[in-house]
Amino acid sequence: MNAIKVFVSGDSAAVAVGADEVVAAIVAHCAARGLAVELVRNSSRGMFWLEPLVEVATAVGRIGYGPVAADDVPAMVDSGLLQGDGHPRCVGLVEELPYLKRQQRLTFSRMGITEPLSLSDYESHGGWTGLGAALTMQSDSIWQQVLDSGLRGRGGAAFPAGIKWRTVAQAQSEQKYVVCNADEGDSGTYADRMVLEGDPYLLIEGMTIAALAAGATQGFVYIRSEYPLAFKVFGEAIRIARKAGFIGPDILGSGKPFELEARLGAGSYVCGEETAMLESLEGKRGIVRAKPPLPALAGLFGKPTVINNVLTFAAVPLILQRGADFYKNHGVGRSTGTLAFQLAGNIKQGGLVELAFGVTLRELVFDFGGGTASGRPVKAIQVGGPLGSYLPESQWDVPLDYEAYATIGAVLGHGGIVAHDETADLAGLARYAMEFCALESCGKCTPCRIGSTRGVEVIDRIVMNRDRLPQVALLRDLCDTMVNGSLCAMGSMTPLPVLSALNHFPEDFGLLPEA
Amino acid sequence: MSKPPTQPPEINTVVAAVLAERAHLPGALLPVLHGVQDALGYIPPETVPEIARALNLSRAEVHGVITYYHHFREKPAGRNVLQVCRAESCRATGAESLLAQARARLGCDGAQHLSADGGHSVEPVYCLGLCASSPAVVLNGQLHARMTPQRLNALLDKTSSA
Repeated sequence: MNAIKVFVSGDSAAVAVGADEVVAAIVAHCAARGLAVELVRNSSRGMFWLEPLVEVATAVGRIGYGPVAADDVPAMVDSGLLQGDGHPRCVGLVEELPYLKRQQRLTFSRMGITEPLSLSDYESHGGWTGLGAALTMQSDSIWQQVLDSGLRGRGGAAFPAGIKWRTVAQAQSEQKYVVCNADEGDSGTYADRMVLEGDPYLLIEGMTIAALAAGATQGFVYIRSEYPLAFKVFGEAIRIARKAGFIGPDILGSGKPFELEARLGAGSYVCGEETAMLESLEGKRGIVRAKPPLPALAGLFGKPTVINNVLTFAAVPLILQRGADFYKNHGVGRSTGTLAFQLAGNIKQGGLVELAFGVTLRELVFDFGGGTASGRPVKAIQVGGPLGSYLPESQWDVPLDYEAYATIGAVLGHGGIVAHDETADLAGLARYAMEFCALESCGKCTPCRIGSTRGVEVIDRIVMNRDRLPQVALLRDLCDTMVNGSLCAMGSMTPLPVLSALNHFPEDFGLLPEA
Repeated sequence: MSKPPTQPPEINTVVAAVLAERAHLPGALLPVLHGVQDALGYIPPETVPEIARALNLSRAEVHGVITYYHHFREKPAGRNVLQVCRAESCRATGAESLLAQARARLGCDGAQHLSADGGHSVEPVYCLGLCASSPAVVLNGQLHARMTPQRLNALLDKTSSA
């Protein structure tokens, strides 16, 4: 009898809820019964509420069981796990689950299916075809494709990637760089981590295409130190890809070189800001640089540098493979393609939902997320990380695209969506936003460095009702200074969560709703 | 300039090995500091002059980088290190009370991260990327998500008796 294939994710978020113990239990229990299984540690589907998710290959497709605890395993094997038979934990055919079926997985098409470091898995699921296409093209047609696709940076600022690439391509320099910002520090986000751990060759392919477009020969990936597994897996992927000739001195026999190196951050949130990241890569404190000069002209070590987020590079291979129009046909208006929404916080069904722009928060949090984990009503939803606004129910039907969100004073950021139930104290969360800014400020500009500390104090006085109304006016004034006077998004966007909390939830600050 | 004080040989050996492996990298300081901390558990202040010399930096620059980044330690941590995520997603699911619970149980006073008996360091961390399964903690490098007060106690039972 052939060994039956069983898949359990090796993603950090699966391991954190016991996937390794489940694997050990399956292996031990099957060995004890003389059952032949082939256990594959694949990437995660991104349905984290089902992790540890055990999938079994059957004639009709992969049957899933989740969430599985190690203690469940003996009974599950006895009741027919390996045949895909029913058990209370059985969720049926995984790809038929509405959570997955209703998504438009472009960037995350391989997620949960392939083994992260298997080159043959990557190739048999469409890998390297974008790079193959790019190698037949002139560099200006590569960036033109990316420009025509309308792809905008997925890190938060949403700047058109093609324009950035063109700027670097047209800059004159004997040395240019491609840098991937994988310093995914926003709470509520984990899509970059999923790519680094689960589909690392996708990022390598996207960065190599960027290097060909821009004429760069050296790349760096800056990975945060809170992601040790991502750093390890990605470093291994670089080694394997180089050995196989996809990167290195001679990309697939084209004669063109591209070397790639993964670098580890050291626990600084502001290093997600591109110029602070460059300083960190140069071995310095992560202090924000004044712009101009643009990093595209004077970036890493003063040389022209393409800097994009993981998800921006990860979107590129498909654009080269299927063409700009294919990509552009997803999304709305100037927000083309898909965005990886990441459901988090107090949510019943947390996970990754890749959809074209234009979906609403209500659909994501309720149709996909199933409401709160606590079962209490949702009070506020923060979109776009610690520098994103808290949205009240009246704004949950606004379509999620860059322009629509700008009109309500909110941002999509990196696609993180954090739900809070009715027990949340928005004044406390506003205070935390200022506290976090004070902790993480690089200290270069005064509004951010001092303003954040003063902000904590002012919010404390509002909550303690010491001169409440004048202090509210002072807080608004302070936020205005931070918005207009800060050097980077750390200081200029911290007012978004603070003021949205104050404006939409004044009662949490001890104010009447009219105030 | 006076010579730096003599260091225990193992620290010297570690620093020399890390520098031999990484000093040539462009922007080598962070990789070097990671290498030293990975091997020793912290970056002893007495290693700063040697690192500075090898990378052609001032001691102030090296010290500045060590103290700028939250990840780097100038002193050894407790035998066990518990990191509790304090970021928004985990706050929405009870992280603050988990942190308070751990600090109270282990006897961390005031702003101290070290427990009363020195056996544990309890530290805040800002996002582990496990936000779909909040709240999350790391204990001695092992990730644990969907944390509850009971499970945290059970984890600390093991490290406290070890």
